[in-house]
Amino acid sequence: MIELTAKQLADAIGRGDVSAAEAFDAYRERAAADDLNAYLWVAEERPAADGGPLNGVPLAVKDLFCTEGVPSQSGSRILEGYRPPYTATAVRRLAEAGAPLLGKTNQDEFAMGSSNENSAFGPVLNPWDRERVPGGSSGGSAAAVAAGSAPWALGTDTGGSIRQPAALCGIVGLKPTYGTVSRYGMIAFASSLDQAGPLTRDVTDAALLYSHMVGRDECDSTSLQHPEAIALPTAERLDGLRIGVPRDALASEGVEPGVLAAFEATLVRAEELGAQIVDVSLPHADHALSAYYVIAPAEASSNLARFDGVRYGLRRDADEGLIAMYTHTRHDGFGDEVKRRILIGTYALSAGYYDAYYARAQQVRTKIADDFRAAFRSCDLVATPTSPTVAFRLGERVDDPLAMYLGDLFTIPFSLAGLPAISIPCGLSEGLPVGFQLGGPAFSENRILDAAYALEQAIGFEPLEVGG
Amino acid sequence: MIDREQVLHVARLARLQLTDEEVERMAGELSAILGHVERIGELDLEGVEPTSHVVEVANALRPDEPRPSLPREVALANAPDTDGEGFLVPSPQA
Repeated sequence: MIELTAKQLADAIGRGDVSAAEAFDAYRERAAADDLNAYLWVAEERPAADGGPLNGVPLAVKDLFCTEGVPSQSGSRILEGYRPPYTATAVRRLAEAGAPLLGKTNQDEFAMGSSNENSAFGPVLNPWDRERVPGGSSGGSAAAVAAGSAPWALGTDTGGSIRQPAALCGIVGLKPTYGTVSRYGMIAFASSLDQAGPLTRDVTDAALLYSHMVGRDECDSTSLQHPEAIALPTAERLDGLRIGVPRDALASEGVEPGVLAAFEATLVRAEELGAQIVDVSLPHADHALSAYYVIAPAEASSNLARFDGVRYGLRRDADEGLIAMYTHTRHDGFGDEVKRRILIGTYALSAGYYDAYYARAQQVRTKIADDFRAAFRSCDLVATPTSPTVAFRLGERVDDPLAMYLGDLFTIPFSLAGLPAISIPCGLSEGLPVGFQLGGPAFSENRILDAAYALEQAIGFEPLEVGG
Repeated sequence: MIDREQVLHVARLARLQLTDEEVERMAGELSAILGHVERIGELDLEGVEPTSHVVEVANALRPDEPRPSLPREVALANAPDTDGEGFLVPSPQA
């Protein structure tokens, strides 16, 4: 049963080959026995089942989604023990569709990180090589799906936090168009960028999970109705599809030769399927990382002001007065990366620096969105490697925050422009998975999923053995 | 680029205590990050509109009608200290 995709499992339950209770128990046992540190909490029993089209296929959920009565700590000590009084809309919708909560997955603290080493609850190990990171920030979700301790999982992506761990763990991750999934109940990092999406074993599962998450939510005033119904992908050919490749961006330093080789081989497959590969230019992509590392920390410094020891979570030194209570609680509750980003964000928003940093970064954001608009006049989708490197070793980049940030080079432009993009596994380099990123205009998920599906069939990537 | 004093100033604004060791380390790390970020200063952005949000949603309104909200005891349940009616905080004068 464990080797089935989520869709196959839902179908098997539908046929009566296996019961929803058996499926839940099998995964519950695997999640409880997880030795990758992918889970922070595992359900003790199956929630009361109400049916629904997903037939009871259990779902792993990133820690930062609020789940009523269940620890939701966003990977942070400052929220240790927090049990929210309500459930995030995306999680509630999926539970109502028949995907009950299996467990909460480990993540970088407040989703800030690309390796899962910033979790207050310890790093997650990559199931392909336990001495390497699974990527981040949705590292627990990616590792759980890759290792078969979850059929599928929810993550969030702010600058690449679904796509990059999916790439490093050899699974599929979709970051949807900004606004198509409600952010209600997601513990916020950078509100203009945060977006929930699926991490799955294949493209069909990503489409299926996403199709039950989308839709406007009156609890999130920035949420939107998707103009199209999300369909399960069926394309076998890519005839007529123009895939743009930003050659200038690929030429940047730091892209591993093995990653580039797997990427180029996938472009050849796309051509064999009938696609046309065209050069496109994203002239401001080079500055996307800089703009992102102003905008995201600025929004984070504001969002994280709420963690003050008053309404939930940690409180320190209440006998030393209000200001000492605030500052000591935040010192002890936040990890190094969160402190760094709060300081950068506060600096960028402070008097005298606002125009040079935050205002300019927002202008760069406009230029990046313009670049994509121009590119999509000559192509239908844009392809890049998801990550310039395969999974790196635990500890390798922790002392160099900037090196860690540079790993988000290819994912960030889509995030700043609010555009959808998927990562699918496209091969191995040094025995480790390489991700192929395919992005498109706003609301082009159906086209992206179809193209990714056709490529997936042609690539025939061998996932980790998870049966038994 | 960003020195000890600036780190301490920003930390005060952010209500974040830092140890001496953290101030030293952050000054170096933040300078490296800001050095990279400052490359956006090279671009000619004269007249470019800023993007604060990618989705064009104007005035998402709902009817102004009273609705049930969290019961008080539920809202207080996660708080470190309460008097049963509200959140208790230390005195600002202490």
